[in-house]
Amino acid sequence: MSELKGWKELVPGGLIVEAGNAKEYKTGDWRTEKPELNPEKCIHCFFCWAYCPDNAVIVDAEAGKMLAFNYDYCKGCGICAAACPAKGAITMVPER
Amino acid sequence: MPPLKELAKRPERLTSGHRLCAGCGAPIAIRLILAAADKPVVAANATGCLEVSTTIFPYTAWNIPWIHSAFENAAATITGVETMYRAKKKRGEIDEDIYFVAFGGDGGTYDIGLQSLSGAWERGHRFVYVCYNNEAYMNTGIQRSSATPLGAWTTTSPVGKVLPGKTQWRKNLTEIAVAHDIPYVAQSVPSNWRDLTLKAEKAFHTEGPAFLNVLASCNRGWRHLPADTLKVNQLAVDCCIWPLYEVENGEYRLTYKPREKKPVEEWLKVQGRFQHLFSPAYRYLIDEFQAYVDREWERLLEKCGETKK
Amino acid sequence: MAKVVGFNGNAAVAYAMKQINPDVVAAYPITPQTDCVERFAEYVSEGLVDSEFITVESEHSAMSACIGAAAAGGRVMTATAANGLALMWEMLYIAASMRLPIVMMVTNRALSGNINIHCDHADTMGARDAGWIHLFSENAQEAYDNTIQAIKIAEDLGVRLPIMVTQDGFIISHAVERVEILEDEEVKNFIGAYKGRYPLLDLNNPVTYGPIDLFDYYFEHKRSQIEAIDNCLPVIERVGKEFGELSGRNYELLEGYRLEDAEYAVVALGSTCGTAREAIDSLREKGKKVGLLKMRCFRPFPRESVIEALSPLKGIAVLDRSVSFGGFGGPLFTEVRSALYDAPSRPSIINFFYGLGGRDIYPEDIEKALEKTEEVVKAGKIEQHIDYLGLRE
Repeated sequence: MSELKGWKELVPGGLIVEAGNAKEYKTGDWRTEKPELNPEKCIHCFFCWAYCPDNAVIVDAEAGKMLAFNYDYCKGCGICAAACPAKGAITMVPER
Repeated sequence: MPPLKELAKRPERLTSGHRLCAGCGAPIAIRLILAAADKPVVAANATGCLEVSTTIFPYTAWNIPWIHSAFENAAATITGVETMYRAKKKRGEIDEDIYFVAFGGDGGTYDIGLQSLSGAWERGHRFVYVCYNNEAYMNTGIQRSSATPLGAWTTTSPVGKVLPGKTQWRKNLTEIAVAHDIPYVAQSVPSNWRDLTLKAEKAFHTEGPAFLNVLASCNRGWRHLPADTLKVNQLAVDCCIWPLYEVENGEYRLTYKPREKKPVEEWLKVQGRFQHLFSPAYRYLIDEFQAYVDREWERLLEKCGETKK
Repeated sequence: MAKVVGFNGNAAVAYAMKQINPDVVAAYPITPQTDCVERFAEYVSEGLVDSEFITVESEHSAMSACIGAAAAGGRVMTATAANGLALMWEMLYIAASMRLPIVMMVTNRALSGNINIHCDHADTMGARDAGWIHLFSENAQEAYDNTIQAIKIAEDLGVRLPIMVTQDGFIISHAVERVEILEDEEVKNFIGAYKGRYPLLDLNNPVTYGPIDLFDYYFEHKRSQIEAIDNCLPVIERVGKEFGELSGRNYELLEGYRLEDAEYAVVALGSTCGTAREAIDSLREKGKKVGLLKMRCFRPFPRESVIEALSPLKGIAVLDRSVSFGGFGGPLFTEVRSALYDAPSRPSIINFFYGLGGRDIYPEDIEKALEKTEEVVKAGKIEQHIDYLGLRE
């Protein structure tokens, strides 16, 4: 979390000029369950990437590979596991 | 439309770190729609869940120019932006091609924002309006809207001794859009990435107003598990409650026909907001619901030239 | 040699808009502003301006489109009146919060109900706390001059706030007067090129306009807005002076008429100031030491200048053409009286309501107001702070 700024330090007009700075705000601690990837079973269909509400699926788009989950942001909704067509590639497990 | 792996190469226009609920359908729709844009995008947003949760000061989840001003005016706002763009282009002060999009929930689109949207359509601005339709005012805590279906429990259509939840059928906004004779109108869902991105791409390529009405479930308001978001959305399609179709220059086309039309019960039973309909007192509403859906579906099939010979 | 034409107030402002040639105008018709928008539409239709004209379906959308267009980064104008302004209410606050230099002409008209299309100041006075700069005009010439100055004030990088330039509905908007106009080139050079600040159309620097503030930032944002509007008085003065150099018509925050040695004065807004001049001349002929203070700039309220102008007087009649129901006096009275609280000497002040819904005011009414004020001062006691002019009991 950033320090709270005084009024003289703010950009006029109530604007936010740092595009996409929500990335500084980590939503991973909302999670009660987390997706676990079994890379051997992954077919790299990118469905988990497409359907993740939080952009929390790390892919190498050039190589066409699904790599991992980004637990900084993953809220543990389980949509990736539900959307995954490769049985056993994504498993939801309780967060510890 | 490029395959998913190609779409994944495009810039992330809505980033992580937004604070929409786990399993929310809206950001899935918005991410896919924005991935379908092959040129830069400038967005306006009506007040609502998406707006609030993506821009809690000092954080913004938008990697694109974005403006929110109020609830009922996303269409008017984006037409102001788009008009300034045309003015600047005419004066040679800008030469880039830019797409303009406005996002609104069903409250901001079906209800309070309909006037400004209708005006913008009539004036013929080139912009894509996306309604992420979660069938109630979810941002203020699940109140009924004119998009809320018959029988749904909401906090302003609560289930009581004499009332069974919402007592009216929903407004057919997609047909209202069609009646404006704008060049592109479509219904879609986040559970079918291909359908949604194809339509979004067409919408962005449209020289004039385009409208995407996207059913996007709210698991808090619909009362289902977050992981079931795609399933519940897809069931709405397979029960023909939310048909996937498009109207291009007045031509209707069904873009997905369920192999078998499932009874509406299948959709109703997976959501807590409809559970009371399964009690003997209110069961008659399921029949009414089915009758509404059947009637709309038959009309649509006819318009799409899909009626059985 | 300045060019002189016969224009009503609406035509004068429409002509100023033509010369300003803004990027975008979004407007909706409403009596008595309609005539202005129609004339501008003709300029668009004849290709006499480059402006894109958005013919919106409501005033709410007019201001919303202006906000979108101004945020996109360019010169934006609109015009409205009365209920149209009221429909914009929500958006007025947002335009100011976003620091967008939108210029809006308002033909002052009564707010319903009953519905009434004639002049009073209920509309813009209701919007006085929205964060807009608020300039009143006495006649068509001033409406024209103020509109041109408004562009330069609003777009000043130290200001960046929306401005409403008002003129009294029908009384100014529909009365043809002698108006001196500038050459197109003079106007163009005076206002200069638009300078963008955080434009939405800058794709390399994507900006988020209108995020949500919780209790941790809203107050700070409002504080910076307070600073912004308070700081623009010197800019309004400077632009008024520069306009004087160009046109020979100098503008200040306030204008005094025969105030130098006055003991009593009226304070007024808009076209009534013209009527007041007659009343003052007539009383002066009778040997009364009376004068007028015309408030041109109502927001930000020029407190120091008001104190300087009014503090030496014995008695003041403040004329309000709108009511603040349940308040202690009308908006102008409240402001003037409050400003004088800290003055080295405090004159007696009486508030006169007049002219609601277009009721005419005559020089005799104003003479009566000044005479009453003098009586009160001589009696040494104010029994009635609020009085009425031209009202049937």
